Amino acid sequence: MMKPTDTKNPNYYHKVVDCQWACPAHTPVPEYIRLIAQRKYTEAYMINWESNVFPGVLGRTCDRPCEPACRRVRVEEEPVAICRLKRAAADNKSDVSSLLPEIPSKKNGKKIALIGGGPASLTVARDLMPLGYDCTVYEKDPKAGGLMRTNIPSFRLPVGVIDEEVDRILDFGVVRKFNEEVKSLKSIIEQDYDAIFIGTGAPKGKDLDIPGREEASSNIHVGIDWLTSVAFKHVDKIGKKVVVIGGGNTAMDCCRTSLRLGGKDVKVTVRSPKADMKASDWEIEEAELEGIPIFDNHSPKEFVHENGKLKGVLFEKMEAKYKDGNRKLIPTGETIFFECDDVLLAIGQENAFPWIERDIGIEFNQWNQPEVNKVTFQSTLPRVFFGGDAAWGPENIIWAVAHGHQAAISIDHFCNNKDLEDRPSPLTNLVSQKMGIHEWSYPNDISNSDRFAVPHAEKELSLTDLNMEVELGYDEKLAFEEAQRCLNCDIQTVFSESLCIECDACVDICPIDCINFTQNDTEENLRKKLTVPALNLSQDILVSDNLKTGRVMVKDEDMCLHCGLCAERCPTGAWDMQKFTYIEAHADKSSIFEYVE
Amino acid sequence: MTYIKKPIFRHPSLPTNEIGLTYRDYEGVVSTLCAGCGHDSITASIIDACYELSLPAHKIAKLSGIGCSSKTPNYFLNNAHGFNSVHGRMPSVATGANLANRDLVYIGVSGDGDTASIGLGQYCHAIRRQLNLTYICENNGTYGLTKGQFSATNDKESKNKKGLDNPFGAIDLAIMAIELGAGFVARSFSGDKEQLVPLLKSALQYNGFSFIDVISPCVTFNNHGYSTKSYDYIREHRSLFGELDFIPEEETINTSYAEGETVTIKLHNGNDISFKKLGADHDPTDPHKVLNTLRNNRSDGKVTTGLLYVDPDKSDLHDTLNTSSKPLNSLSMNDLCPGGEELEEINNQFR
Repeated sequence: MMKPTDTKNPNYYHKVVDCQWACPAHTPVPEYIRLIAQRKYTEAYMINWESNVFPGVLGRTCDRPCEPACRRVRVEEEPVAICRLKRAAADNKSDVSSLLPEIPSKKNGKKIALIGGGPASLTVARDLMPLGYDCTVYEKDPKAGGLMRTNIPSFRLPVGVIDEEVDRILDFGVVRKFNEEVKSLKSIIEQDYDAIFIGTGAPKGKDLDIPGREEASSNIHVGIDWLTSVAFKHVDKIGKKVVVIGGGNTAMDCCRTSLRLGGKDVKVTVRSPKADMKASDWEIEEAELEGIPIFDNHSPKEFVHENGKLKGVLFEKMEAKYKDGNRKLIPTGETIFFECDDVLLAIGQENAFPWIERDIGIEFNQWNQPEVNKVTFQSTLPRVFFGGDAAWGPENIIWAVAHGHQAAISIDHFCNNKDLEDRPSPLTNLVSQKMGIHEWSYPNDISNSDRFAVPHAEKELSLTDLNMEVELGYDEKLAFEEAQRCLNCDIQTVFSESLCIECDACVDICPIDCINFTQNDTEENLRKKLTVPALNLSQDILVSDNLKTGRVMVKDEDMCLHCGLCAERCPTGAWDMQKFTYIEAHADKSSIFEYVE
Repeated sequence: MTYIKKPIFRHPSLPTNEIGLTYRDYEGVVSTLCAGCGHDSITASIIDACYELSLPAHKIAKLSGIGCSSKTPNYFLNNAHGFNSVHGRMPSVATGANLANRDLVYIGVSGDGDTASIGLGQYCHAIRRQLNLTYICENNGTYGLTKGQFSATNDKESKNKKGLDNPFGAIDLAIMAIELGAGFVARSFSGDKEQLVPLLKSALQYNGFSFIDVISPCVTFNNHGYSTKSYDYIREHRSLFGELDFIPEEETINTSYAEGETVTIKLHNGNDISFKKLGADHDPTDPHKVLNTLRNNRSDGKVTTGLLYVDPDKSDLHDTLNTSSKPLNSLSMNDLCPGGEELEEINNQFR
């Protein structure tokens, strides 16, 4: 017998909001999408800013874990364009300065060093500055932003967008130590910082040690270093024929940048089959739209050169064999030669800590990675915290932000002698959306449209200008239309068994057949005997207490459209549509929600 | 009233029937009745029955009179033929339609006012004629559309919402149907689809007049504590008369009932219905016993539901009148005008 579902547990309804649940920073997605539809771009932007700090950047570059999670994928083909809607909020917002947290002029006397000026460190600064902390950022490059600035080309992410969102935090009064590469952690520890946060990313691009690498090195470049040089204008051209080795997003950025710096014949090669490439589907699509061919199952064997002058790369064709879910790449013996002037290596990156002395109390594991607590982000030296790619290797911007928020909580607890394991609870709320007999304060008449494509700049123009943004973003009308596709999964179907008269009205109206009245049973059996069996085990079922007839109400959350028809057809109000607000706890407790609501 | 259209999205794992449709292809527009109205559950049951029988909508005609019940044909089978007639006159229109085209499946939806008051004469004569029609009376004992006056099926002991007594006794439409010679008579409850859907399927497949009296609580005017047609009252006072299962021709009978308890009744078109007896006096083919049981239960304060009476061998109106075996609209000129020689022969008979 299943017990009635405990909807008081904040995770129950949070899980129903699939996009927010999937977002590492738990951004309240449906809430900001509704604000976009109301043309409240500034509010939509600020809700984002509070959760993910870089909405303009992420609206263009996020890895979007929210989109595969989007419920829309389960009832039709394409998710809501959550990421690009975020950009629409950023593009159309007005001045936000009055909405930013106040920075106390009287400091709390605690000093924090942030090493590396990327998204993780900046998020820590964003959360600690409003509390009166004195934060100092050490950055080896002349400007802060980390990989957002150095690794993402400006045709995907204009410099102005980075400057705006990075400077907003720096202008809270963060002390800037730029062009200062930290060569010894000891030297920092010896200063009077109360806590040190290491957010140095994964700046070391992997090399490829095959014959010819050393001899032809002047024309073989490590992708992320090369992209950094392009970002800081140290490099402005490349050979006509370019081979990019690697199948991740960096490879996609390298090949598309090459096209804009004079590459005419640019190829991408990957060892694995194309379906296994690490790059996001949309990044691959963009590269292919620009006419870049991708050669899969190509394993590099040798850099061919004549007296140190690179001539090309020799590949061996591979074949993927699958056995018991494991993939094996088997060499076929067939070789292929690609002529080229330059090679860009984009075969992965890792974090590296040659600058951390091994005798200062920070323990490293067998893979030479620091031991970092998964919850508190604290290292074995209590004063030192890690976050972003520096903590556990390459992830992405949104994870770095999520780490930063958590590390800031830990640092705040640490500086106030509070237990680091005692994490603050999220703020949750559940409010009825009923406005009239059949009126709700959210748009329940959802759009049936397919996903709207984001307009692109003309290829002929964008391919000749490194700084011309390829994607133009949604205009207001498109943003509205796309926003209407959102199913409002944060508007929960709340059931009160004491009011139910078991008239079946909700069962009859439900367009997706997720509501059932049946005899209670084990979860396994209940799932099987629903009108449409609830076979997606990653989605919960909502089970009520016993009803008058001895049955229980069982609702499969999997496909629910949140259309509110069950509540509209309910004669007694046993069903109600209630907005579930979930605000992740941050060190800085001021919230834009008070302003928005 | 719900203003939005029902979303077109459906569960991707929704099953389809023999003609490749999901039950959602049998829907109509969103109901404008009060939220929680029993009629909407009957609508859903009609949708389920037609879906499960794999009936093509364009071979169905849905007809109704006036009242809350008579609005409901708009809420199912959007692609079927339909006629919303004058108050109480659905049987006449159905008779005309049926005589013109015998190939359609006829569903008549009526209410207790439309049937037991203004249309009582029509109701009686449709039964007497053995019209091949599934007549559904959505019976809530009240005039909901005119703010809750007693209807002719409201029990004498059932007060109105404000506590006023009902001065008159109730007409029992099911007993009446059996008395008048209907071939298929059932009673059910809108809150029990497990019972209602097989009854509807059997009725739709029955060749002749089939009547289902469906108790359908009016949540607005007749679902209160002293009503005898409320959800709670029916659930507490229901007496099940057998258990019915509809078995399509293709499926072999496979029931787990003990021998002797189950009666299999063959319908004209080859389908079977299996009837599981729940009591010793349950024999749906003996009208005298059935009427006795109904009257006894009634005096015990019980509401008898289930398949009450069936006569699989009754002939229908077309057989009685020896009408054309084809629908009139499919008759060719040659069928309709047999020519001079035939005419001469007919004329000669009168010379």
